[in-house]
Amino acid sequence: MAGPETVELARAAARGGADVIEIGFPFSDPLADGPVVRRAAERALAAGMRTEACLDCLREVHDQVAVPLVPMTYASLLEAYGWERFATDVREAGAASLIVADLPVDAHPDLRRIQLVAPTSTDERVGLAAEQTDGWLYLVTVAGTTGTRSELSPALAPLVARARKLTDVPLYAGFGISTPEQAGAAGELADGIVVGSAALLAAEEGSAALERFVAQLREALA
Amino acid sequence: MTTSMYGAYGGRYVPETLIPALDELERGWAEALADPSFREELDQLGERYVGRPTPLYEAERFAPDGRRIVLKREDLNHTGAHKINNALGQILLASRLGKRRIVAETGAGQHGVATATVCARFGLECVVYMGAEDMRRQHPNVERMRLLGAEVRAVEFGTRTLKEATSEAIRDWIASVETTYYLIGSCVGPAPYPAIVRELQAVIGREARRQMLGTYDRLPDVVVACVGGGSNAIGLFAGFLDDDVRLVGVEAAGAASLGSGRGAVLHGARSSVLVDDDGQILDAHSISAGLDYPGVGPEHAALRDSGRATYVTATDEEALAAFHRLAETEGILPALEPAHALARALDIDAELVLVGLSGRGDKDLAEVLEH
Repeated sequence: MAGPETVELARAAARGGADVIEIGFPFSDPLADGPVVRRAAERALAAGMRTEACLDCLREVHDQVAVPLVPMTYASLLEAYGWERFATDVREAGAASLIVADLPVDAHPDLRRIQLVAPTSTDERVGLAAEQTDGWLYLVTVAGTTGTRSELSPALAPLVARARKLTDVPLYAGFGISTPEQAGAAGELADGIVVGSAALLAAEEGSAALERFVAQLREALA
Repeated sequence: MTTSMYGAYGGRYVPETLIPALDELERGWAEALADPSFREELDQLGERYVGRPTPLYEAERFAPDGRRIVLKREDLNHTGAHKINNALGQILLASRLGKRRIVAETGAGQHGVATATVCARFGLECVVYMGAEDMRRQHPNVERMRLLGAEVRAVEFGTRTLKEATSEAIRDWIASVETTYYLIGSCVGPAPYPAIVRELQAVIGREARRQMLGTYDRLPDVVVACVGGGSNAIGLFAGFLDDDVRLVGVEAAGAASLGSGRGAVLHGARSSVLVDDDGQILDAHSISAGLDYPGVGPEHAALRDSGRATYVTATDEEALAAFHRLAETEGILPALEPAHALARALDIDAELVLVGLSGRGDKDLAEVLEH
């Protein structure tokens, strides 16, 4: 989540071996997020992290960390800032792409972004999302919001199998992946994994803890 | 095809997980509408279970001298508000779709009570999300829902009112979408919900129009209804949209999504919303839990833009004064939500005014006595 500590945390995540870093632009009512990300957004908003401040934060991270950066946010921020202007400014600030959690593939098709598909998505929608997506396809492993789970979702394997038949784009799995064991298991299926809530929890312990956590994930994927 | 856009408003701004469920809902709704047995069952339950049609009642002592104010008595419905019209229709739809678990949000508790009621009637599991602040303000409705067998889950973060309760209900639905039906309480949310709720509440307007012509041999000059999410207003307006009748929606002064809002995305749809310059949702404030919501149904935003309806506000104090006036002049305790409509109806300069009395005030006694 964008904030005063983001540069330090992003450096730590990169040292730990992250290939891509997602940076949350907080929204007051994040429907796709569970309690960990929601609380992080509440703290960021209370600290004044509005869109301009988030763009500054992104720019600063981009200056100091060589890893591709992907802001994740909600449609209301783009609506207020202007859709095209947001797309332009976020890339100028160093974003490699963009994720909008409440924007299904058929809404605002002109906005180039990483598309998400879920276990509930039809083949037709998986195909459309793969065609439209910017670089890689985000596989939501579970019907649910972001947050840690005790087990890797059994829905991931069939979703990967369906997506492989429809597309050659890289598939990164996220939502509910929180331990190195789950990361390893998901990494057997998908081409990459996305860890959000568990990384935020590690980051609450400081940058050294985040670096150790990311390194464990990295090792599990090796 | 069900309407999904109202001018620049509406649409589906939800996580991908929900899209197939919304498609299924849209198909199920279209099939239900095309099936005479659906309408028949709904009408029959409306008559025998809800008590429809609700009467028109002329509030002669409440009205200022020289003017006539007629009330559409939705407060006389089973469970005490218009919310049951929608809950009943959607529970029949949920049954057609084979869903056995129902989730809902509630603000004032009237939609929660209506949902718990129809779940009891149809033997379905019911979970209602309610802000902790609203549970305090509307305590009798919390007890009522529990007696009806519903589980009421307190939402303890953010504003602890309808906005957060709605978010939590949607999050529940995202995680349980295969087995669960989300029974939304107002004409808000992603398509096709605004169209479904409008159609199920349009019974208010259709009845009222017929009754006006039957009793007064004319249509009202003005139709007035309170607007939170806007379901009773859209239902009442629906009967008069094609007539030469002024339509006036009354928002709470501290929750004027149409009066002070701007285009933004909340709870799955683009509408007029109370937001700051960065698109962050602002807190609404109203004495009435049912109007205490920063968003509004997309069709209202379109009606405002086109000028077909106008939207004004009433303050907490004005609503309380109207509450007391109706109690003392007519022997009717209105809910605080329609008390806002009553307050503005008093100063509308027209001969014959129809007001939607959307619910009764029993749930608000503690709040009124506190003031």
